[in-house]
Amino acid sequence: MIRVVLPQHLRKLARIDGEATLEVAAPVTQRAILDALEARYPMLCGTIRDRVTRRRRPFVRFFACQEDLSNESPDAPLPDAIATGAEPYLVVGAMAGG
Amino acid sequence: MSRVRVLVGTRKGAFVLESDGKRQRWEVSGPHFGGWEMYHVKGSPADPNRLYASQNTGWFGQLIQRSDDGGKTWEPVSNEFAYDGPTGTHLWYDGTPHSWAFARVWHLEPSHTDPDTVLAGVEDAALFKTTDGGKSWHELPGLRTHATAAQWQPGAGGMCLHTIIVDPTNANRIFIAISSAGAFRSDDGGVTWSPINRGLVSEGIPDPDAEVGHCVHRIAMHRSRPNVLFMQKHWDVMRSDDAGATWREVSGNLPSDFGFPIDVHAHEPETIYVVPIKSDSEHYPPDGKLRVYRSRSGGNEWEALTNGLPQRDCYVNVLRDAMSVDTLDPCGIYFGTTGGQVYGSADGGDTWAPIVRDLPAVLSVEVQALS
Repeated sequence: MIRVVLPQHLRKLARIDGEATLEVAAPVTQRAILDALEARYPMLCGTIRDRVTRRRRPFVRFFACQEDLSNESPDAPLPDAIATGAEPYLVVGAMAGG
Repeated sequence: MSRVRVLVGTRKGAFVLESDGKRQRWEVSGPHFGGWEMYHVKGSPADPNRLYASQNTGWFGQLIQRSDDGGKTWEPVSNEFAYDGPTGTHLWYDGTPHSWAFARVWHLEPSHTDPDTVLAGVEDAALFKTTDGGKSWHELPGLRTHATAAQWQPGAGGMCLHTIIVDPTNANRIFIAISSAGAFRSDDGGVTWSPINRGLVSEGIPDPDAEVGHCVHRIAMHRSRPNVLFMQKHWDVMRSDDAGATWREVSGNLPSDFGFPIDVHAHEPETIYVVPIKSDSEHYPPDGKLRVYRSRSGGNEWEALTNGLPQRDCYVNVLRDAMSVDTLDPCGIYFGTTGGQVYGSADGGDTWAPIVRDLPAVLSVEVQALS
């Protein structure tokens, strides 16, 4: 079971209380997690990745196991701690004012 | 007794202001979608409980929300605005070609007759349509692929399609405006388009009376006279009596003919309203006095409406979508400011009072008269 932590605005949009939990087949990658997340919560489509390019939106970051994975390949396997659910995969709104 | 519902979009959420027909006491609800930029919230003329809202942030992009109960509850609908076919290029600020890229929805225009049909004006400029209540959107690409489109250039706020007016007597006739491409008209439901900028003169472009390139800020129409249009341009207040084929200036005695919104009295088609702003670099009222100007002659002769509005030290702006009129008698006029005030007048503009004073910067104001 994959654990995903979303920023407050997206939790509210998707009506998620706490973490989202997802079943994702191996190999667990960022793309696989986000595909599963959007399939389960279609209202999140376009809010994390651009609708057309499918690339990460500029002010969204992806963290896991205290690492910034935002610019890593979306198809690279994630650490076992993410795949086993020991650690959450974090979708983070970048620190920016406004 | 009639009621009034004012839909306010702000930089940090949407607010709904409601009153009875006297329009003296108001109930305020919100913020809805707190923290999000609400560029526009508008109700369906065919079903006043059907509302559509454009919701956006730099972090999480564009959403469209729909309410079927007058704003008590909302559901996100499709936010997929995909250009139809090759995107082509327009001019960027530095004059180089720049690929069309979707940024946000500026304006939602529900159909006069069908609650499920809505037109959406977006940045980079294009027109989209839904006929299923927002479950899906498709572009009307004839506008974006117009022969002049490669020459279009964004204004300071982006290359936005911000004004959509559908002729209430002929749904195939649509007027739109783009900053800063100008105004366009379709007579076939949005399939093909023609620039309607003859008579506009803009000193800020190389050819001041060019076919396209004018920074039109807003167009307004009275539903009883769909061939008569009023325009607030970057500079100049303009009027057309032939559905946009030609325009003439009606700025007359305004203290400044720069501004953003323009609107028409609900029952007097020759009575129009603007809010003069000092200049294109000083986006606040002349002399620190917030004055709505009213013309009862369709332009040229203007009177300042000041009763109840701040007449000193006022340096707010009123954005292009932030003025609206209701259809009660007497006609109500409403506008919101970048300082977070929403002012209302229940007597056609003679007297004003703030409905709310401390909202986030107001982006849009729409009003519904409810039976």
